[in-house]
Amino acid sequence: MITYLVRRTALLLASLSLASVVLFLLLRFLPGDPVNALLSVGATDAQIEAARRELGTNEPVAAQFLSWLGDAVTFDLGRSLISNLAVGPEIAARLPVTVPLTLAGFVLAVLIAVPVGFLAAYRAEKWDGPLLNGVAQFGLAVPAFWLGLLLVTIFALNLRVLPAGGFPPAGWSDPAAAATALTLPVVTVALVMSASLIRYVRAATLDVLGSDFLRTARALGSSLPAAMWRHGLRNAAAPVIAVLAIELATTFLGAVVIESVFALPGLGSMLTRAIAQRDYPVIQGVMLVSTFAVLAVGFLGDVAQRVADPRLLRGRS
Amino acid sequence: MKRAWIAVAAASALLLSACGGGGDDTPADSAAQTIDIGSVYEPQNLDNTAGGGQGVTEALNGNVYEGLFRLTDAGTVEPLLATAHTVGEDGLTYTFTLADGVTFHSGKALTSADVKASIERVTAETSRSARKSSLAVIKEIATPDDKTVTVTLSAPSISFVYHLSYVWIVNTAAGDLTTTADGTGPYRLGEWKRGATLSLTRNDAYWGTKAKNAGAVFHYFTDATALNNALLTNAVDIVTSEQSPDALAQFESNPAYKINEGTSTTKLLLAFNDRVAPFDKVPVRKAVSAAIDNAKLLNSIWGEYGTLIGSMVPPGDPWYEDLTAVNAYDVEAAKRLLAEGGVPNGFTFTLDTPNYDPHPTAATFIKSELAKIGVTVEINTITSDEWYTKVYQERDFQATMQEHVNDRDVVWYGNPDFYWGYDNATVADLVKQAEAAKTEAAQADLLKQANKIIAAEAASDWLYLYPQIVVASADLSGYPLNGRNSQFFVYDIVKS
Repeated sequence: MITYLVRRTALLLASLSLASVVLFLLLRFLPGDPVNALLSVGATDAQIEAARRELGTNEPVAAQFLSWLGDAVTFDLGRSLISNLAVGPEIAARLPVTVPLTLAGFVLAVLIAVPVGFLAAYRAEKWDGPLLNGVAQFGLAVPAFWLGLLLVTIFALNLRVLPAGGFPPAGWSDPAAAATALTLPVVTVALVMSASLIRYVRAATLDVLGSDFLRTARALGSSLPAAMWRHGLRNAAAPVIAVLAIELATTFLGAVVIESVFALPGLGSMLTRAIAQRDYPVIQGVMLVSTFAVLAVGFLGDVAQRVADPRLLRGRS
Repeated sequence: MKRAWIAVAAASALLLSACGGGGDDTPADSAAQTIDIGSVYEPQNLDNTAGGGQGVTEALNGNVYEGLFRLTDAGTVEPLLATAHTVGEDGLTYTFTLADGVTFHSGKALTSADVKASIERVTAETSRSARKSSLAVIKEIATPDDKTVTVTLSAPSISFVYHLSYVWIVNTAAGDLTTTADGTGPYRLGEWKRGATLSLTRNDAYWGTKAKNAGAVFHYFTDATALNNALLTNAVDIVTSEQSPDALAQFESNPAYKINEGTSTTKLLLAFNDRVAPFDKVPVRKAVSAAIDNAKLLNSIWGEYGTLIGSMVPPGDPWYEDLTAVNAYDVEAAKRLLAEGGVPNGFTFTLDTPNYDPHPTAATFIKSELAKIGVTVEINTITSDEWYTKVYQERDFQATMQEHVNDRDVVWYGNPDFYWGYDNATVADLVKQAEAAKTEAAQADLLKQANKIIAAEAASDWLYLYPQIVVASADLSGYPLNGRNSQFFVYDIVKS
């Protein structure tokens, strides 16, 4: 296990370094000049040159990269080209929106997907199983922002039970208001994410239900719930954990998309704005943090999988 | 299995009931009210000389910061921190006297040194202010005493006082003004929650007439639908500038809201590159202008809102004249003009079109209109970033579309180096003379003359003037309607 952890950690760090290089180069080779976002119509050539000098975008790419990387390892993500505010604290200020949104959306998605997926498999021969499966299939095709707008129309504009968007200025110091503000976004994220999860749970359940070991257990007199508990869950756990890790990462990205629909001050709206303005340090900072989050979740998922099913560990070495 | 179904239903019900309802609150005393304002213009930072963008003007200009003069919502310039000023015989020396009893929010008294430092911030080398070039005419600023500022110009500039209305008088000792503020206005800066809100609280030690409300919160949105939903659910009381024509229908039919159309200064231009063939020929530009039915275009985009303009000058500028009859829609005349311009069978040109609304729609419309006179349009969709590089900096284009937002900007036609390359010595001279004029009446007269020539030569095709639409709750009053140059004075707003 320890060898595995060491190897896996090294891989994590290598992925992160590679990702940072790719991110940096991708942004630099895209067309467009961040200076353009700073100056309005009427700027003189001298003003444009001065702005470029001030931003350091006239330096060679290699020099820009080294200076950025040097700062990044000390957790200094630089300053926004546009606002001149430090990127690190700006990202930290957005996390209290994006992280709860992601985690709550994910947990709710699992809470929806596990019973629904199980029912869809268990009742596969009846009318309601295929119906649930069909609804999940349909859910896969629904764009998150559209679902968000639909929920806003129903619950905010018509029923008036929830706010249409925004986040209270007081943030989490007023937990009830913050939770209320996040309800519709969380439900949107959860519904979209649960659609694909339902299909995994259904497939996994169908596998287990049709497996030899379950049939043997039933034949030996075990009830279905007892057989599922003793044998089914353990066998289904490893693949489900892998899928859950991927889903959590996807939920994070989904949450980022949904933030602008609900006018939430999270990482997503920060990234959208930064991209429109070619604000390199902000884009890099947000992408780096997101990439790190996704890689870290993958890492934890892998470890959890090996804890749940030690055969994987033996199989590797 | 029934139990599982019930569990799912119960969980959903629990979730829904956990989220409390909105509820409406109606404070009795207007002085205790906070006004919630919805906007799509979040400041980039809080300093208007450091690229803060139009959001910082909207939130802070006139509210937190004040200038020597104020540009009112009606477009007139009136004294604010300067109670009086005199101009020397030569038109080069301006002497300003500061109002008494003015203090910054930090408590420090306003002195002439602050004024000098504030103007110098705008003209400094590192300044990113859009007004930097207008103030380049300043030669020297002197402060003979605490109450007096004397500015010497290198050439007469009748617009100088108007330009000063954009200069915030700041306490330069206050520290980093990109994240903090220290002004003299009727509000102090409350808290700026980046990506979400910026709040203002009434300055009870204000030197002038105190604000009629307790404060305001600007709520920022990146999505127009989210912004309108906020108004529909009373999360905001007012939207500073409605950007989406489609959204208006839901407010028009609802007596709880009021739609106000003010005087906009935003012009949608079909800008020709007047340097290159065939747009270097006046008859060709006139032909293209006459072949496009601007009324139909405006109507299809904004319905009943918006105004037609026949020139670069919007109705709010002091030198406005209705020139819509010049190059009016006339397909037969357009065909004749094409022949006169030496291209009787038409020609093909590329229209560089910014990729956001309404440009793609307008470009398609222009293409079909011009097909009627044998002119083929190739639409080239570009990002605003590409526009800035390709069109604005490199002038590598035949024709383009752009919205020009500022007031008093007809003077750009007096500069042959500007991106559209309009070069007429008479116009350049008139613009220069207007700036050196002794009186505002003389200035207006000279700019009217220039504008007539510009319109007659169809330097560009001015498609239409955007509407300036403020939508507010019906019980709200005292808000600015015109939002001139993105200003949004909050101090008179009350809820009944």
